[in-house]
Amino acid sequence: MADHAVAHAVHDPNIGNTGLDNRKMGMWAFLGSDCMFFGSLIGTYLAYKGKSISGPLPHDVFDIPLTSYSAALLLASSLTMVLALAALQQSRVKAAGGWLFVTAMLGLHFVLNQVYEFTTFVLHHGLKLSTSLFGSSFFVLTGFHGAHVTGGVIWLLILVSLAMRGQLDARDYTKVEITGLYWHFVDIVWVAIFTVIYLIP
Amino acid sequence: MATQAAFMPGTKVETLTFWGTVASWLTTVDHKRIGILYGTSAFIFFLVGGIEALIMRLQLARPDNTLVGAERFNELFTMHGTTMIFLAVMPLSAAFFNYMIPLLIGARDVAFPRLNALSYWIFLSGALLLNSSWLFGMAPDGGWFGYANLTTTQFSPRHTIDFWMLGLQILGISSMLAGFNFLVTIINMRAPGMTLMRMPVFVWMSFVTQFLLVLAFPAITVALILLMFDRFFGTLFYAPAAGGDPLLWQHLFWIFGHPEVYILILPAMGIVSEVLPTFARKPLFGAPVVIYSGIMIGFFGFGVWSHHMFSVGMGPVADAAFSVSTMLIAVPTGVKILNWIGTLWGGSIRFRTPLYFALGFIAMFTMGGLSGVMHASPPVDLQQTDSYFVVAHFHYVLFGGSIFGLFGGIYYWWPKISGKMLDERLGLWHFWLMLLGFNMTFFPQHYLGLIGMPRRIYTYAGDLGWNFWNMVSTIGAFLIAVSLLFFIANVFRSLRSGAVAGNDPWDARTLEWSIPSPPPVYNFARVPQVQDRDDFWLAKHGDGHGGAPRPKAAPVTAAEIAAIHMPPTSYWPIVLAIALTVMVSGLLISTYQIIIGGLATLVLMYKFAMELHRPASGHGH
Repeated sequence: MADHAVAHAVHDPNIGNTGLDNRKMGMWAFLGSDCMFFGSLIGTYLAYKGKSISGPLPHDVFDIPLTSYSAALLLASSLTMVLALAALQQSRVKAAGGWLFVTAMLGLHFVLNQVYEFTTFVLHHGLKLSTSLFGSSFFVLTGFHGAHVTGGVIWLLILVSLAMRGQLDARDYTKVEITGLYWHFVDIVWVAIFTVIYLIP
Repeated sequence: MATQAAFMPGTKVETLTFWGTVASWLTTVDHKRIGILYGTSAFIFFLVGGIEALIMRLQLARPDNTLVGAERFNELFTMHGTTMIFLAVMPLSAAFFNYMIPLLIGARDVAFPRLNALSYWIFLSGALLLNSSWLFGMAPDGGWFGYANLTTTQFSPRHTIDFWMLGLQILGISSMLAGFNFLVTIINMRAPGMTLMRMPVFVWMSFVTQFLLVLAFPAITVALILLMFDRFFGTLFYAPAAGGDPLLWQHLFWIFGHPEVYILILPAMGIVSEVLPTFARKPLFGAPVVIYSGIMIGFFGFGVWSHHMFSVGMGPVADAAFSVSTMLIAVPTGVKILNWIGTLWGGSIRFRTPLYFALGFIAMFTMGGLSGVMHASPPVDLQQTDSYFVVAHFHYVLFGGSIFGLFGGIYYWWPKISGKMLDERLGLWHFWLMLLGFNMTFFPQHYLGLIGMPRRIYTYAGDLGWNFWNMVSTIGAFLIAVSLLFFIANVFRSLRSGAVAGNDPWDARTLEWSIPSPPPVYNFARVPQVQDRDDFWLAKHGDGHGGAPRPKAAPVTAAEIAAIHMPPTSYWPIVLAIALTVMVSGLLISTYQIIIGGLATLVLMYKFAMELHRPASGHGH
C-alpha cells in the first residue's frame, strides 16, 4: 500500500503528458464552445437590433443604474472567487468556504436582480417574449446568461457544503480552480452583454 | 507469457451470467466497448436510413407511382437525411474515435471514461427519441435542414418538427461532450515521445474534427433553441410578420452545417491515410502536408457556409466572397488527393479489401469534389440548386467519400477489434457490388438534375424523359442493399469461424498492431515510447536507411499487469442520459415531466460529479 501511495503521488492520473490537468483542459474546451454559443445569441440580438416593428424599445425599458449595480456584483464575485482559491491553496479551508459562499451570494443577488428586472419589463412595460423581436432576442440572450449564473451558484453552493463537511481541502485546488474558470467566463460574457446590449444606444 | 495469456481477451477471466454481461455493457467505461456500442448502433441506424432510401427509390422508380403519398415521402427524405448524418456517419466515426484513438496514441483509455459512456447513452437516447416519432405517426417532415419558417407552428402545427428539434438537440449534447473528451485525450494522453507531428494522420484528422464539433454545434444549438422558443413560448425569431428573418435560421444552420460536412468527411480521410501506407508498404507521401491540409480544411470550413444560400439573393459581394472561399477550400482537398496517389506511387501494393475501399474513396470523393467546385460558382449553382444534381453531388462525397472510407476502416481494423479476419472473397463482392450499385444509383442523378428534375418531389409525369434513369437509379440502390448483405454475412462468418488474426495481420505501421487482437482491457501492458509517426513499422523493419529493427522488449510480467489501474464501471452515465431524455421529451408530454426530469438530471449530475470525489478506500484517486 505504501508503494501504491508513492506511485500515485508521482503519477496523478489527471495530469497528462503536457503536464496540464485533463479536467482543466476539458473546461477550457467547454468555454471555447460556450463562446460560440453566446456569440450566436449575441449575433442574433444584433441582427434584430432596431428591427422590431412595435415597442417598447430597449431604452424605454432599460434601468441602467440597476443593471450597472448587477454588473458590479458580478465583477466583485470574480474577486471573491480568486480569494477563495488563494485561501484553499494555503489550506485555510474555512476561509475558502466563506469566500465561496460570498461568491455564490453575489451571484444569487445578480440572478434576483435579473428576476426583478424581467418582472418589471413584463408587468410595467408590457415587454414579453412574444411582444417583439426585441423582447424575444433580449429575454432569450440574457435569460441564458442568467441560467449560466444560476448553474454556477448551484455549483458554488455544492463546494460550500463540501467545505462545511470537511470534504474540501488543498488537494481539491484544481476542482475549485475549474469552478473559477467557469465563473470568470460567465462574468466576462456579462461584460460583453452589458456593453453591447445595455450601454450602446 | 502464461500470465499474460490469462488477461488476453477471449480467455475469460471471470464468467458472467447473462444479466451480468448485460449490466457490464450498460455500465462500461472502457473506450473499446463504447466504440463497439457506437459502431453497432450506427450500423443499425445505417440500415434504417437505407431502408428509408429504398422506399423512396421504389416510389420514384416509375412515373406517377402511388407506393407512398407526398406526406410520407416528405417524412422519408427528412428522416433519411437526418438518420444518415447524425445517426449513421457521425456515430460510425465516433466508433472509430472511441476504439482507435487511445490505441493509436498509446493510451489506456480516454481522458474522461465516464463522460465517454455518457456521450454514448445520450446519443442513443436522442436517436431513439427521434425515431420514436414513427410510432406516433409524427415523423419529421421539414427536410434535414428544416428551413424556417416552414418549421414554425403556423405551417407545422403537429409535433413532427418537435421530435426532430429535440432529437437533434440531444444528439448535439452528445457530440459536444465527446468533442471535449477527445480534444483533451488527443492533446494530453499521448504516449511519451509522441509529439503532435508524430501522431498518426487518422488521429490528426480526428483532432481537427473535434475542434469542428465543439465550435460548430453551438450554432445549431442556438438555432434550435430559437426554434423551440418560437414553437413553445411564442417568440418571433422566425416570424416574418413581426419583422423576423427566416434567413437567420439559414445562416445559423449552415454556420453549423458546413463544418458538419467536414465532420463527416475528415475521419474517413484519416482512415484512408492509414490504410494506404499499410497496403502500399511505404510512408504516407508528404504526411505533414496532409496534416496541414486537414487543418486548413477545418479552418476554411467555417468561412464557406453561405454557398448553401446563393439562391436566396445575398447580393454580389457576399456571393463573390463565399464563392472564392469555397474554391479555395478545394486546394487543400486536392493536395490530399495528390498525396494519397503519391503514397501508392512506387509502393509494393498488396490488394486487400481495405485498400479497395480506400481506392474507391479516392475515386468517388474526387468526383464529388469536382461537382462541388462547380457549385462554388453562383451562376452555375443557381442552375443546379435544389435539383437532383445536388443530390448526386453530396452522395458522391458522403456515400462515395465517407461511407466508402468508413467501410475501409471497418475492414482494416476489424481483425484488431474482433481478433478474427474477414473473408477476402466476400469483402470483394461487397466492394464491387457497392461500387457498381453506388454509381448506378447516383451517377444518373447528375443527368436527371441537369435536365430539370427537382429534388424532394414524390412523383413525376411520364413524359419528361426522366423514366429510364430513375429506374436505373432504383436498381442501383437495390444493388447497394445486396452488397450490404454480403458484408453482414461476412461479419457473422468471421465472428463464427473467421481465421485468427494475430497481433499484426497486415504488417501495419501504427501502435495498435503491437498489442494483441482484440486488445486487453488495459490496451498496453507497458506504455510505449514513441520515436516516429510509423513507430511500430520502424520497430519491426528499421528505418529503411540502414537503421536496424529495435530489439524485442522483455516479456511483460504479471506484476506489471497487476499494477495497472483501470477506472471502475459506473451506472451514472446511463441513468443521467435517461433523466435528460425524460426532461427534454417532457416538452411533448407535460410540464410536470419536464420538472421531474429536470430535477432528476440535476441530482444525477451531482451524483455523477461526486462519484470519484473522496471515494471509499480502494481507489487511490
